[in-house]
Amino acid sequence: MIDFDLTEEQQMIRDTVGAFAREEIRPAARPADESGDIPAALIAKIAELGLVRGALPESVGGDGAERSAVTGAIVAEELAYGDLAIAIHCLAPRLLAYPILEMGTDAQRARILKPLAASGFVAATAALMEPRWDFGLTDLQTSAKRDGANWIVSGAKCGVPLAAESETILVYAKSGAGEGFTGVEAFIVPRTSAGVTLGDREKSMGLKALATYEVQLKDVKLGAEARVGGDKGINYSRLMSESRVGFGAMAVGVMRAAFEYTRDYAKERKAFGVPIATKQAIAFMIADMAIEIDAARLLLWEAAAQLDKGADALEESYLAKNYAAASALRVADNAVQALGGHGYIREHPVEMWFRNARGFSALDGLATV
Amino acid sequence: MIDFELEPQVVERLKMYHMVAENVMRPISREYDEREHEEPEQFFQTMWQAQSLADVAPGGDLKGDLKKDGANAAKPSGPKLRNLLTCATTEELCWGDAGLFLSTPNSGLGGAAVMAAGTSEQKSRFLKRFTEGEPKWGAMAITEAACGSDSAAIQTTATRDGDHWVINGTKIFCTGGQRAVEKSDGFVVVWATVDKSAGRAGIKSFVVERGAPGMQVSRVENKLGIRASDTAMIIFDNCRVPLDHLLGSAEVRKDGGFKDAMATFDATRPIVAAMAIGVGRAALDFIREFLRENHVPVRYGISPRRLSAIERDFMDMEVQLKAARLLTWRAAWMLDTGKRNNLEASMAKAKAGLVVTQITQKAVEILGPLGYSRKLLVEKWMRDAKINDIFEGTQQINMLIVARRVLGYGNKELN
Repeated sequence: MIDFDLTEEQQMIRDTVGAFAREEIRPAARPADESGDIPAALIAKIAELGLVRGALPESVGGDGAERSAVTGAIVAEELAYGDLAIAIHCLAPRLLAYPILEMGTDAQRARILKPLAASGFVAATAALMEPRWDFGLTDLQTSAKRDGANWIVSGAKCGVPLAAESETILVYAKSGAGEGFTGVEAFIVPRTSAGVTLGDREKSMGLKALATYEVQLKDVKLGAEARVGGDKGINYSRLMSESRVGFGAMAVGVMRAAFEYTRDYAKERKAFGVPIATKQAIAFMIADMAIEIDAARLLLWEAAAQLDKGADALEESYLAKNYAAASALRVADNAVQALGGHGYIREHPVEMWFRNARGFSALDGLATV
Repeated sequence: MIDFELEPQVVERLKMYHMVAENVMRPISREYDEREHEEPEQFFQTMWQAQSLADVAPGGDLKGDLKKDGANAAKPSGPKLRNLLTCATTEELCWGDAGLFLSTPNSGLGGAAVMAAGTSEQKSRFLKRFTEGEPKWGAMAITEAACGSDSAAIQTTATRDGDHWVINGTKIFCTGGQRAVEKSDGFVVVWATVDKSAGRAGIKSFVVERGAPGMQVSRVENKLGIRASDTAMIIFDNCRVPLDHLLGSAEVRKDGGFKDAMATFDATRPIVAAMAIGVGRAALDFIREFLRENHVPVRYGISPRRLSAIERDFMDMEVQLKAARLLTWRAAWMLDTGKRNNLEASMAKAKAGLVVTQITQKAVEILGPLGYSRKLLVEKWMRDAKINDIFEGTQQINMLIVARRVLGYGNKELN
């Protein structure tokens, strides 16, 4: 049955997280971008919202709420509307928790999820991207080889958020032959394992408040219990669809931030005696932003609804994420353009959103639903 | 709960429309593109006899509403998501042929205007004819030589003379106008001002039926595309219609009249967007099949940096079409669920008109000389697609409406 309305619960989550993002996260965004640090007090406050713990089962100390990709997309959008770096930081533990929640063995769920359900912020992360221009989700070069009952994992990862403060990193590696999304495994890797080396914190054009790292894995020896899902392994394609929906939803959040700021600015700022928003050249840019936000969000929600129905939503999530990435860049670019010289000055946030928006098509694996 | 999937029974019903598109429209698609101004009589009869297919008039399941109004109270009054279903069926039929779709005998935009502005009695009086007898058409006449998008500036007048309204003026670009008032016992809904000094509030709509004294179709346009559809110029020279042919109330109120008439667009814009999407999907389906036959892969999920230019183009066509469809369905769904959709209807129309124009152009490009040739229908779809970016409000007018709504401006601040 076609329905464009959220459930009452989803609407409540949207309102709550949205208000929090506006009042608490947004004011912290620029200082965090300049200093590279997110205040610990803010992270703790966001943790109180229970965005990671929420969907974890009561048996491990979670709230036992039903996990839904649509709800996940809403949360990702709202947080990123506040600030993208802070959103990725605060949701990073999901990168470990959700694959294990969904595809882990009972023993893995008990072992890994329990600490993540604790109160306060518990850092955790996943390592997916590799430092190559042509990196793609379907051609990982990090390898996992069987060694009796054990596994040997080797390779180089980059853009791993919170790697330095996470006890556990979920590492994706290619274990066998197979095209596309087959033959990929996820391994639970303690950060202090022999052979795991963290590089210096990465420096990027945007997401400056987000601590990301290169992670080298050299013949890292792991027991069978480290392979997520045990003998069954994982449904990698589905995990990547969830990842795309999450990151795409964050792109919508950034677009909305840029749109609202531009709209309000253009109604205030006068040229030739009238607000620039009364000029069609500016007004049409703003209309285009509004259309693209809704278009991208609907595409992502469609993919999310498919995931909630149990489908892998490969095509839907791929197209939706790429669409959102391209739209976000255009919207943020136009936001800078509409503000003119002021858009280029760091006193206004639009240049930050422009830098952040560039990442959506260049990066992967930084969010999930 | 978010769900954009049609129910199985709706999907089944759409298959019937698709069969009509494929087996009835496609085989004569090229023929009536080449034979502009000729009547596809067999097609008219087929569509008219398949009464349920005539329901796809903008404005939706008219027969359902007539039944509700008392003509046949025993039968169910049509599906709940009427506007959404109309969009879905419109897409199927325009996948077949947008020109033939527009030429389908039904109440058309005239019916939509009657539904939007007419009284219950007027609805059943004027629309009953579409359920009986020979094929008929309904049309709407707004545009004039000196006003297109600026429809509040229309010059056509209606003056009261005893128990008649006397209409004077010339209307152009009236879709289906000739078939409505010259070739069948249909009607055209004419927009005219009853009080120029009142501005927009003075604009009213009038049902003018075939044979009204003083009405004459003076020309039928030659067009870039949708050639199976007639586009008429109609002259009203002291054209007399009875008083009860004015839709709604004759009273000139600031908050009424034009505003009511404009509300018609909230219902018709999603349908025009759906027309565009049907044409776009025709091109997309063709290219998908063409790539498959020529062993050109479309690899979802791989690094976007490894996609070929063709793959990128194809995926962009596909996702733009999906985005337009979701915006369109949302606008229709809002209307069905009683929500105001003025903003969303314009978003859908602006997006769909633009992207389908681009998608069909890209399809010609991908096929190279084959795409440019009239051996295939692709070049025709490109020509047909363009109208959707123009009629029922151009791309720019719809952007203007979206801009006004999101900026909180009226037409004084932003024009």
